[in-house]
Order: sequence, then structure tokens, then C-alpha cells
Amino acid sequence: MRVAGTTPGDHANAAPKTAQRARGTRAWAVTLYQVAVIMGFVVVLEVLCLTGVIDKITMPPPHRIVVDFVKLLASGKMWPEIGKSMANVLLAFVLAYALGIGIGTALHGYRTLRDTLDPLFATYYAIPVFAFYPLFIVMFGLGDGPQVLIGVLLGVVAVIVTTLNGLDRVPAVLRKTAAIARLGPLQTALRVTLPFCAPYLLTAAKLALAYAFIGVIGSEFIMARTGMGYEIGFAYTNFDNATMYPLILLILLLSVGMNGLLTRWEKILLARRGMR
Amino acid sequence: MRAPHVTLRGVTKQFRSSANGQVVHALGPIDLEIGNGEFFAIVGPSGCGKSTLLELIAGLLPVSEGRIEFEGRAVAQQIPDGVGVVFQEDACFPWLDVRHNVAFGLRKSTRDLHEVDRRVDEAIGMMGLGEFAQSYPAQLSGGMRQRVCIARTLVAKPRLILLDEPFGALDQQTRLLMGDEVLRLWRETGATVFLITHALDEAAMLADRIAVMSARPGRVIDVVETGWMRERDSRIVENVQFGAVTSRLWKTLRDESLKTMGRMGASA
Repeated sequence: MRVAGTTPGDHANAAPKTAQRARGTRAWAVTLYQVAVIMGFVVVLEVLCLTGVIDKITMPPPHRIVVDFVKLLASGKMWPEIGKSMANVLLAFVLAYALGIGIGTALHGYRTLRDTLDPLFATYYAIPVFAFYPLFIVMFGLGDGPQVLIGVLLGVVAVIVTTLNGLDRVPAVLRKTAAIARLGPLQTALRVTLPFCAPYLLTAAKLALAYAFIGVIGSEFIMARTGMGYEIGFAYTNFDNATMYPLILLILLLSVGMNGLLTRWEKILLARRGMR
Repeated sequence: MRAPHVTLRGVTKQFRSSANGQVVHALGPIDLEIGNGEFFAIVGPSGCGKSTLLELIAGLLPVSEGRIEFEGRAVAQQIPDGVGVVFQEDACFPWLDVRHNVAFGLRKSTRDLHEVDRRVDEAIGMMGLGEFAQSYPAQLSGGMRQRVCIARTLVAKPRLILLDEPFGALDQQTRLLMGDEVLRLWRETGATVFLITHALDEAAMLADRIAVMSARPGRVIDVVETGWMRERDSRIVENVQFGAVTSRLWKTLRDESLKTMGRMGASA
């Protein structure tokens, strides 16, 4: 048996190919504009540097930074610092993300506890975590611990709040559908709740990654003797622009690149759900 | 009437209000017998507990008092085997394409992947979704998404299909045609169908018997037998008896709806 093929209005929302093509063209145009804005900014900087409006001691022209960047990477002298900073960023990110999702998921089931902690979450980012670095050094010494901890502390609450936000939005009807399919709590979490929250969890990953970079690199400036943050600070005090700017560029590329990948993934998920 | 497939004896439901903590008597007591293979509909004013009744039968909510039996076994806060539900809200999983949405529940109960594929293909074909098997819910219209949910219910071959205002969000023409489809599926599967609806014409067109519920706390105040033949479709609306059925439903329901409106007015 087969039911009537289509009914009035059935194709009303089915995305026509022309609309998809139009969206694709617009997306390309937006990407082109974005590249143009960045290129324009770089060109302006280049002109300002070459004409002396920005003096050489303050900042070398962008093309010089790129040359120094390639030389620095080719020399290999910064690889241990880059490796150490990136390992700490990764550790801070993984810890903040795992803890945040775990705490967020646990809190979601306990309304009273969540309400109790709400004021903390609401005001958390008013707390200057870096101000506690002397305390962290006393507690954890001068190793990598305090830097990772700051990265985790900066990111974890953003992940908790975003996870709660996602869990709050899981429609009751999807949970009921899982119950009708006789799924247990773990299967419901793995097959319904978490997949539904995937876009929110990706947003949480972006935040955790950004905060891990800020926390780790920032704390390397003030409480470390190694790492990219320390090397930038050291180069700054020694007027070593050939090291400082390439390192800043590298951090920019790493941070923006990783976030860009997550954003791309997030867009694919949202588009699939008709949310973009 | 056929042998009872679902039996309700003295079923009541009370909630504790989240607003003021008071106990709200939402439903019952209700006594009802639904025959095997019967198409049974419930109509009632807003807030009378129709959906609550469906959730009690599905085992999604526990009864406060009384007993519900499905195929002779008590439904006690446990989803019985052989029950499928189509909800009013869009219950498609937005991250799964049509094919995986339809296969959702089947993967747990059926280990044989070839069997899963075969049944999913069959259900998708039955609902006329073949062209859209790889589409995501966001790419479908409301009517098509509801068909996906119906296909997902049918693929599990339920012996009792609970429909909670499944066409509530659809336009009138689509509702009529979806009604035809549901009638065909009912005849084809031989399942018992329990339909919740606020649309009297929909109930009159689809059901063998229609129970009318009172305003809250919802009780069954009338049961109307339509007397339709099993082979029927939306053209039944032309039948003179159709008008008689809907007018009897409305006659019973009108006072109850006014009571609900009065309560809404009083609480506003």
C-alpha cells in the first residue's frame, strides 16, 4: 500500500534548488567580503608602516612579519615553546570542556542547586581570575599547573552555562519519543539529548578553546619562564620585533584557525537543522 | 463491541501545581473499554486532560488511582510493548535524515540490519516519503514531518497506535488527506487506534466510537457510535449521518467548553 504521493502544501517548505543556489552564491559573496576586509586592513597597515606613520620600532610592516614568521618557524628554535604552550592550551581546553559538560549535565537534574549557583554563574566573568595567580603559585608552584588552572577556570563556567542552555532546549516530545522507543537513560542521553545539544556543545567548545588560549598564553606572560606568552613578553622587553610579532601572528593563526574550524562545523550542523 | 484491547477502570490523575503547590484534580475517574482493532477518538474542551489520558495509556505518566490494562496486562508507569505514539508537536529528530528518523526506535528492538532496512523502506514507501529519504526535517513541510513521525510509529508495527492531535498544526485540506491516510493505515495494519483531537469533524470522520470528555477534571460524559463501515475515507463528510454525529458531539461539548471558557475568564 502506498499513500497519496503528496498533499497540498507538502512542498511549501521543501527547499527549492534555486533558493539553495542563491544561498550558496550569497555565502561565497560574504566570504569574499570577509577576505577583502582582512586584506584591506593588512594593506592599510602595510602602507602606514612603509610611509613611517607607524614607526619601525613600534611595528614592522606586515610583509616583514610574514618573512620573520617563516624564518622563525624554519629555524626551529621556538618549537619547544610552541609545543609547550599548545599542550597546556589543549589540556586546559579538554579539562574545561569535560568538567563543564559534566557539571552542566549534573546540575540540569538538580533545580535547587542550579538556582543556588545561578548568581555565581551570572557574575562569574566579573571576577578577575588573573588576580589570583599569586595564590595559584603558592598552591601549585611555578610549573604549568597554575597556567592550565587559569585556562580551565576561565572556560569552565562558559561551558557549564552553554551546556545548561542546550539541555533546557531539548523538547519534552523528543524525550517522550525516546521513552516510547523504550530507551534507557544512558541511551536517551547518547541518542537524543546530546545530539540535540550538539550545536550548543560546539559553541561551548569554541568558548572553552578561546578561554584556554587567553588563560594559558596570558598567564605565561606573568608566571612562567617558558612558553609562547613568556617569549613574547621577553621579546617585547628586548625590542625583538622579529620574534615578538611572528609569535603574535602564530597565536592569532592558531586561535582563529581552530575556532574557524569549529565554527564551520557548527554552521554545518545548524544548516542541517534549518537554523542558518 | 470487539474484545477489549485497552481497559481503564476508575482511572484518575492528580498533579501538584508548580505555581502554588496545590493538588489539581486533572482527570477522572474514567472507565473505558477500547476494542481490539477499533478506531476510538476522544474529544473534549481545552485543558480537560485529553493528552494526559493518552500519556497514562502510553505509560508515560503514572495513574493516581485506578488501573489501565493493555492486552490484559497492567500499564504501570512502564511503556508497554506494542504501543506507538504520534504526538501533536514536531517529534522529528532534527539531526537525523528521514530514513534514520524512521529507523530510530527499530534499531533497539531489531538486531537484523537487513530487516531494519526492509521495514524502514516499507514505512517510508507507505507514507509517500521515498523521494525524501535523505532529506532532513528542516527541508520538509509540517505535513511531511508529521508523516515521518507516523512512519516511525508504524515501522515498529504497534498493536495500539496513540495519536495526540497529530494534525493539529496542519491546514484543513492536508488534515483531510492525512485523515484518509490514517484510515488506510488503520485498515492495513489492523491496529487499535486511539485518537485525541479537538476537531469534532475529524473525530466524526475517522472514529468508530467517540468519547466526549467534560471540562476539568475530565470525565467521559458521552460515547457516540458513528456506525461507519470500515472502508471509508474523507468523503464520508457528505453523508447525512456525519452531520448528525458532529451535531450530537457539539451538543454535548458546548456546555463543557463554556465551563472551560468561564474558568479561563475567571482566572484571567
